[in-house]
Amino acid sequence: MAKETRELICINCPMGCPLTVTLEDGVATSVTGNTCPRGDSYGRKEVTNPTRIVTSSVPVDGSAIERMVSVKTASDVPKEKIFDVVKALIGVHATAPVEIGDVILADVAGTGVDVIATKRA
Amino acid sequence: MMTQTPERHAVVIVGGGPAGLAAAIAAHEAGEHDVLILERDTQLGGILNQCIHNGFGLHTFKEELTGPEYAARFIDRAAELGIPYRLGTMVLDISPERVVTTVSADRGIERFEAGAIVLAMGCRERPRGALATPGYRPAGVYSAGTAQRLVNIEGELPGREVVILGSGDIGLIMARRMTLEGAHVACVSEIMPYSGGLKRNIVQCLDDYGIPLLLSHTVVDVEGRDRVEAVTIAEVDERLQPIPGTEVRYPCDTLMLSVGLLPENELSREAGIELSPVTRGPVVDQSLQTSIPGIFACGNVLHVHDLVDFVSQEAAAAGAQAARFAQEGVEPTETRGIPVKAIDGVRYTVPSYVDPQKMDDTLTVRFRVANEYRNRYVSVYLDDERIQHRKKRVMAPGEMEQVVLKRADLMERAGVSSITVKLEEE
Repeated sequence: MAKETRELICINCPMGCPLTVTLEDGVATSVTGNTCPRGDSYGRKEVTNPTRIVTSSVPVDGSAIERMVSVKTASDVPKEKIFDVVKALIGVHATAPVEIGDVILADVAGTGVDVIATKRA
Repeated sequence: MMTQTPERHAVVIVGGGPAGLAAAIAAHEAGEHDVLILERDTQLGGILNQCIHNGFGLHTFKEELTGPEYAARFIDRAAELGIPYRLGTMVLDISPERVVTTVSADRGIERFEAGAIVLAMGCRERPRGALATPGYRPAGVYSAGTAQRLVNIEGELPGREVVILGSGDIGLIMARRMTLEGAHVACVSEIMPYSGGLKRNIVQCLDDYGIPLLLSHTVVDVEGRDRVEAVTIAEVDERLQPIPGTEVRYPCDTLMLSVGLLPENELSREAGIELSPVTRGPVVDQSLQTSIPGIFACGNVLHVHDLVDFVSQEAAAAGAQAARFAQEGVEPTETRGIPVKAIDGVRYTVPSYVDPQKMDDTLTVRFRVANEYRNRYVSVYLDDERIQHRKKRVMAPGEMEQVVLKRADLMERAGVSSITVKLEEE
């Protein structure tokens, strides 16, 4: 049985816990060094299917207060899709009024994840 | 206009960013409803408005928010409570008698008498002028925060080929942001042998995109008369002096600086508030009160934080204390309490004084370390007696640390003359 360990830094929050993930035959069997459950799930995911939340901003039309409105993927997307997500946002405009959580682009880059507004405009 | 009777408020808060908002809410929740926030920008939220990345609020809300979302939680709460605020209103002066003078386009100069004041002005980026970078002063040199504002708020891309000097968090965040906007970031150059930013940002902003972090490297030349054309980076020795022969030239149109943040204390200084030479923020006691009674400080104006969650916690404490002061006044005391000493790898602590009579049951003392340390113990001594001893795997200057003092520990030992926070090898 092939056993290996990987040292990671948890990116869930600014604590940046140093994680040690143990893999057996490519399957994560244990995570240590985390101080919360998010660290455990991050460690397991990062060695098998790393994902990230993508944030950006898009122009907003008709807003008296903002030129741009900030957006994010509503949940994390596969790391290799990050650039597909930002490319899909080229040319996308939001229209005021925008509320936090409004869908700005549905199912971005075939990820099944929506891009939503993170600011009012 | 200056002869008008000043408007009076129980608590006046200078700054409507994360610190000011949390302080205002806490003051209101502590029972003081006559609170006013003064904000110079056109909206509340402060620097969070341009921090569109995620990672905020995990401690406070148990979910991961972006900066604007985190700010909105506080803005909405302040609105629920009906806390008034003035936008576009710049504080010009704070007097030791707690009179605040402001200017705004629509109201001109105004004065406010405050029962208590909370300083929540935040911090500012260290500018290029503070660094001895050679070369002309062409266009294309930006502080990372200015570039962040241009990209995220104004929707402008400041350049296409970028070198970043300094590895502060905003620089790391902007390395990723510029990359996602189609620019190429050649490298992040850091003069120290360790990064000034959070480890998670090195992972998700540099490593994810293959952007090299050059530790012990600095910019030795900036080329270009009208616009940046190239920068030269060299390795430095232990004395931070460039090593001849290690120079590498990077053609680029943009140099971004992320070389530290400085608490914005011009108003505090002019009020006569004692400032720490280490943090450059006010010296405060257990209630986050400055050397002037009734003036409190919190957030990045007190000391630069890396987590907004801790800003909110600290500001809530300052707001509640300000409310208490405004309502009850506080009897003056001879001393400010027991001094807290920061030695042996601990650069400073906030607060600097603790009065056991006036503290709550527990008190969070925040600090930063002077260097990168592995497997060191954080120890707290009351005079010569060690009362806390906790091992940390990794500590770095870029990451704020904390210890929690218990009131009972201090009350059990009458006559303690010093509290010491230090690092020990065993």
